[in-house]
Amino acid sequence: MTTLSKLSNRSNKHRGRASAGDVRESGRWAGPWFILPFVAFYVLFLIWPSLAMLGYSFTDRSLAGGPVSWVGIENWVEALGDPYMWRSLWITLLFTLLSVPPLVALGAALAILTDHARRLGWFLRMAFFAPFVLPVAVMTMIWTWLYQPGFGLINQYLQMMGLQEVEWLGNEGTVLIAIVIATVWWTVGFNFVLYLAALQGIPRETYEAAGIDGAGAWRKIRHITIPQLKRTTGLVTVLQVIASLRIFDQAYLMGGDFGGPNFASRTFIHYIYETGFVNFRLGLGSAMAWVLTITMVLVSVLLFRFFTRDGR
Amino acid sequence: MATTSTPPRTTHAQSGRRHGPAPRPRTRLGRVNPGITILYVVAIAAALVWLVPLLWAIATSIKPEAETTLMPLRWLTASPTVEHYVAVIQRGELLRWILNSLVVSTLVTVLTLVLCVLAAYGFSKCEFPGRGWAFALVIGGILIPPQVVVVPQFVLMTQLNLVNTYWGVALPQVVMPMFVLIFKRFFDAIPRDYEDAARMDGAGHIRILLNVVLPLSRPIMAAVGIFAFIGAWNNFLWPLIVIQDPDVMTVPVGLATVSSDHGLQYAPSMAAAVIGALPLLIVFLLFQRQIVTGVAGAGIKG
Repeated sequence: MTTLSKLSNRSNKHRGRASAGDVRESGRWAGPWFILPFVAFYVLFLIWPSLAMLGYSFTDRSLAGGPVSWVGIENWVEALGDPYMWRSLWITLLFTLLSVPPLVALGAALAILTDHARRLGWFLRMAFFAPFVLPVAVMTMIWTWLYQPGFGLINQYLQMMGLQEVEWLGNEGTVLIAIVIATVWWTVGFNFVLYLAALQGIPRETYEAAGIDGAGAWRKIRHITIPQLKRTTGLVTVLQVIASLRIFDQAYLMGGDFGGPNFASRTFIHYIYETGFVNFRLGLGSAMAWVLTITMVLVSVLLFRFFTRDGR
Repeated sequence: MATTSTPPRTTHAQSGRRHGPAPRPRTRLGRVNPGITILYVVAIAAALVWLVPLLWAIATSIKPEAETTLMPLRWLTASPTVEHYVAVIQRGELLRWILNSLVVSTLVTVLTLVLCVLAAYGFSKCEFPGRGWAFALVIGGILIPPQVVVVPQFVLMTQLNLVNTYWGVALPQVVMPMFVLIFKRFFDAIPRDYEDAARMDGAGHIRILLNVVLPLSRPIMAAVGIFAFIGAWNNFLWPLIVIQDPDVMTVPVGLATVSSDHGLQYAPSMAAAVIGALPLLIVFLLFQRQIVTGVAGAGIKG
């Protein structure tokens, strides 16, 4: 939030100066008309549901219908006392911790590589970004096939290197790692594009000047490219953390309806979905959804704080 | 567009790339630089590793089913076949889901662009009381993950009678505060001289938006539009909840729920996966340049 409002403040101030004393003849009420359609949808599909969800969390509302009655904080007590909810929250956090570093670092590395190997530009952009456009079900079908014990490609290569076969998705200890690897392959393309765009913005003269001073490619990357990418790294990290905390799709499809062996890949959103739409307990599910929202707001605020202090 | 003032960033970035001087030469002619060779070898190796899953899916999809589990695994089959593709297409449901995804994603993309551009214009170019507050409230919505409000959204859709319809899938996906922020920052960067000139000619807000702002915003509209389209095409949780009727399912939901019922046949699954991936891969191949230049101009680089 801090960053976002700072950004908008900066531009507002700028505009304010330019338009000082200027009264728009087209009327003061044009603005509200422009924002009205968006705001209407925004309120109907985001704000109202969030508030309704808060209301549900104090009732015993069920997907199966039936009379709804007020139950006070019963759902909240049940949710907060549920070890399975905490376990799924921990799995979500663990997934975030495991997936964010490779997704950010690899996104930057692949972008720098592509930026330097200009002649392969088209081919490299295609190779690294193409997985991002796959529908999640396609991605999980392919990776489940690659991870297959017995006749999966990955296990075949492991055995060729003299290693043991791993039952990637059938094993409590490896299922989350397997999902992280597939996710990195699938979504790194987005970060890659953000970094690629940022690299285009670095003035060529900087490199040329460094080249005249005798700096080699590696030193240019270390002393020009990486420092220049600092702000992009902040943005990519924040976006990635938020995206990783929302993990559901691929974990649900690769780990199965029950969330992997011994629930080892049952993420928070999976647990909310199960509570609300499989066990029909919308009230309890709503309380849990609020726990996740609050967690995410807290994490986001902390991250924004960290990066705005660090970046300026 | 020859003016003395600086044009918005995108036009800058783009023209620099297309018409500007050629990228600096990496090596002098006739001299082979070992560093460059290593760079290209690493780049090609990384790209090939990245393509392995896709290539393996294609390789599997053209094998006879009996060969898919034959050890040791081979990349190339002696008797390639398209029978699995024919079977998937003949079953018909996948083409139906692709059509559904196309309708839903187009609806989402068009509505998102219209709503977000209008709102961003209002926030950027109009002054009205409470603008700062309204903008802060809209941007705050970035923090609400859409996945957590699916429960009340589903109740709402039941009341509106939109369950199992295209509108029911599409409507909740058009609220993208992030895109409003991106457009607003872009519009803010358009010099006031442009609109002032139009206003002198008697143009109102609508004409300024249509004749001044939008023509300058093409690259960013393309980039945001593509991301909105990809996002809608690949959205999973919401369509999974709001659709139970296989005739209305989108590609990800259809492949995940119905196809898995057909048992473990690897070659046909991979054929279905390849067909399911094709539409967006084609969109991406057509627009890949716009994606990078659009993002570069969008100012979402930090």
